[in-house]
Amino acid sequence: MTRIGVVIFPGSNCEYDAASAMTELGATADFVWHTETDLSGYDGIILPGGFAHGDYLRPGALARFSPVMGALADFAAAGGLVLGICNGFQVLTEAGLLPGALQKNKGLTFISGPTPLVVTSTKSVLTRNARLGQRLVIPINHFSGAYTCDDATFESLVAGDQIILRYEANPNGSRDDIAGITNAAGNVVGLMPHPERAMSTLLGSADGRVLLEGFLGLSLVGGAGDPGALQ
Amino acid sequence: MLGRDPNHLELALYGVMWSEHCSYKSSRIHLKRLPTTAPHVLVGPGENAGVIDAGDGIAVAIRIESHNHPSAIEPYQGAATGVGGILRDVFTMGARPLAVMDPLFFGNLDDARQRWLVEGVVSGISGYGNSVGVPTIGGELTFDATYAGNPLVNVLCAGALPVERLVLGIASGPGNLAVLLGSTTGRDGIGGVSVLASAGFSESADDAAKRPSVQVGDPYEEKRLIEACLELLDRGLAVGIQDLGGAGLVCATSETAARGGVGMDVDVNAVPLREAGMEPYEVMTSESQERMLAIVTPENWPAVEALCARWEVRASVVGHVVAPEVTPDGRSVGMLRVRDGFDGPVLAEVPAKSLADEAPLYDRPRQRPADLDAIWADDPSGDTIADPTADLLELLVDPAWVYRQYDSQLFLNTVVGPGRDAALLRLAGPGLPASRRGLALTTDSNPRWCALDPRLGVALTLAEGVANLACVGATAKAVVNCLNFGNPEHPEVMWQLSETVDGLAEACRAFSLPVIGGNVSLYNESDGADIDPTPVIGLLGLVETLVAPPPGWSWRAGDTVLLVGPSRAASESEPLPLAGGRWATQHGRRGGRPPQIDYAAAAAAAGFVASEVAAVCAGAATHLSAVHDVAGGGLAVALAEIASATGIGVRAEDLTAPELFSEFPGRYVVASDDPEGVRVRASEAGVEVRVLGIAGGDRFHVGPVDVAVELVARRRSDALIDALDRRP
Repeated sequence: MTRIGVVIFPGSNCEYDAASAMTELGATADFVWHTETDLSGYDGIILPGGFAHGDYLRPGALARFSPVMGALADFAAAGGLVLGICNGFQVLTEAGLLPGALQKNKGLTFISGPTPLVVTSTKSVLTRNARLGQRLVIPINHFSGAYTCDDATFESLVAGDQIILRYEANPNGSRDDIAGITNAAGNVVGLMPHPERAMSTLLGSADGRVLLEGFLGLSLVGGAGDPGALQ
Repeated sequence: MLGRDPNHLELALYGVMWSEHCSYKSSRIHLKRLPTTAPHVLVGPGENAGVIDAGDGIAVAIRIESHNHPSAIEPYQGAATGVGGILRDVFTMGARPLAVMDPLFFGNLDDARQRWLVEGVVSGISGYGNSVGVPTIGGELTFDATYAGNPLVNVLCAGALPVERLVLGIASGPGNLAVLLGSTTGRDGIGGVSVLASAGFSESADDAAKRPSVQVGDPYEEKRLIEACLELLDRGLAVGIQDLGGAGLVCATSETAARGGVGMDVDVNAVPLREAGMEPYEVMTSESQERMLAIVTPENWPAVEALCARWEVRASVVGHVVAPEVTPDGRSVGMLRVRDGFDGPVLAEVPAKSLADEAPLYDRPRQRPADLDAIWADDPSGDTIADPTADLLELLVDPAWVYRQYDSQLFLNTVVGPGRDAALLRLAGPGLPASRRGLALTTDSNPRWCALDPRLGVALTLAEGVANLACVGATAKAVVNCLNFGNPEHPEVMWQLSETVDGLAEACRAFSLPVIGGNVSLYNESDGADIDPTPVIGLLGLVETLVAPPPGWSWRAGDTVLLVGPSRAASESEPLPLAGGRWATQHGRRGGRPPQIDYAAAAAAAGFVASEVAAVCAGAATHLSAVHDVAGGGLAVALAEIASATGIGVRAEDLTAPELFSEFPGRYVVASDDPEGVRVRASEAGVEVRVLGIAGGDRFHVGPVDVAVELVARRRSDALIDALDRRP
């Protein structure tokens, strides 16, 4: 069974939601305190949403110094699956595990609500089960979600097919409508939307399942994806 | 009481504890007329939160509060600390806070100060609530000139706990330690309950000087405090726990000691301070936020210290529980002693109960307003409605700009979020037993009706709440209320309060509902003018089985649109009621009498609608596509809201303008592709059904109104954004 660690920083608040999505898909999910330095035994690590260390200074700016982050860099370098959702994405960029940064939304308010996305690359552990061009409605929930990077980084993201999700209608001023990216190897992904909040039509959308199933490496029965597609 | 003159410190303690805000000295005499019991009530009014048994081993705690005056002075921090305070009230009971709602009342938005207040309050709720990790799932937004000088910021919180973990804020066991958890204590909010909450506003420069009495919030501290306290309770490491809110440490120590019938020694030197040179009265009455008091046995103290260290929460022993003293006449009296060092001199020594429970009880003079009969006589019902299309478009306001700033989905429970009739959550959360039940919440108010007739107005407000719950399939189980009124020294205000309590009591009995908590906010006035009476009613309801979402506002082309509930025919002698309605207010017509309420008809209609929707929630195949209650703005607004949400029009030509805007209780718009089935079942339940028309097309053609759906939807979505000048 796939074993996932969900990191808790003081101030994280989506850890239960991330863990429940993982267990619903058949994985085991353990909480990993931010002072932990040993991530051996995990197949994947999730940095959940929230406000790590209060988001003081800048989202993710303090969390990158939490002891777990050194171990996470080694884990990612060894090919382990890493998923940063919302605040987790901000932490990954601050820690340099993903390029670019997340700025305040252009309207300078917090925005929350279901948001249509388009899958623009299937070359990541998160989108490998999805179809190129597939439309997914997944909630966003952030104040600092406008992805930004310098031109060289942007060119390299495009060239490497690393922009995995774009907003259909840009809600926050993100560069090139970017909602989520992957590293070049495809095993470290970050996105501002919350796929764990889109697990059930009872709660409005089940479109997050195709992403999280992909992350867990689950094959789709009769689905459109290609489970082995991580070139 | 003391048998001697109190010293300066003791006077300061009584000063805050006997303030209107803490002691309810003007309202207690009336509040005891409310019904408070039912078999499912575990904790009624008077504790930090009311608690009911929701079934499946789960208890639900709920509380409503006001943070009106701090928010008027400093909107961001006022609203933020309002959220923080109510969360502590709920997790004090051992419950994890799962949902917040915010009823907000401002003056009209053509005034720049009101726009500043709205943006500040909303961003304060958003900034604190989102960060602390509790979803904000609904509320209310009202603009009326009556709030121009004194906005209202109310906040409701509901939480859940395994029923066996219920804890009360009680100190017991002499020798046990009083441990202060969380933030350091500073000079912020000193005397907030007396300076701010128990006096009105005026144009003088004094109000700016009140700003230092507003507390400053730190949601990150609160988040760690929640997690640490819930873990303390989970592991059985605390005997009792109490939040520090209004009146700070003196309130928490005296209340826990009074409830436990014990005494407490508090060392002011042991309290970690934010700044040097604080006087003992400042330490005892500071309202610094994000603090809790836990009662811990000496054996458990090391484990508590370690747990708090892990969550980076400061924990300090600031007091000891001591045995009560026995008076010469054999009574036992728990004394609160403030000391300078645990073995040092006693700075203050007063019976804990005298602070917490023995404030003076006022029966203030009451007076029916002299001009009430003249106001009642000036009834707008029967007025000519000259331009119903323009009137309707102006009445439409989508609050999405507000709730898009709130995290409404955390914990994966939100089935129906903000902006609908009521919020509906799965009854689930970390650490709770599994359940398929749903928890529904709504807050309602109608100051327009309450201004004309407070007794009837509050009853109509409660009926509206019951109707809102029915729209999401829920049956009401308990009531909380936040009574926002003017200056109690004005006899007309006390009359309004007394009438409101009687009206609420009558309506609760009619719907068989217990009141399990409440808050009274007085002195809502500016320059001598009181606000209109504004009782805010919070209702908690349950859905037996929640596996599918309720129909909501989603009719399909071809569906038949029905009006469920009492129809009234206008006659020459009795036109349809417009008094206190939004149409009348829009035209400056603020007189008349609100419509009478037929409790039996309202309860029958609510019961019928709730059962129809509950069947959908339980997974039954459904023919219902839309269910929405008819409330502010009448049938016209209800139909326009569904048309805006779906983008699908409606043709209901056979309606008159008064029928469009008239407001009276117990009515619902229901859309279905099996209208005959609805009619038959309604008839069995003794509920009237009238066919209004058919959904479909791109025109909103309702009686004399015939406009493009696209225009209706655009006017609704732009109204607030344009008024605030916040177009993206």
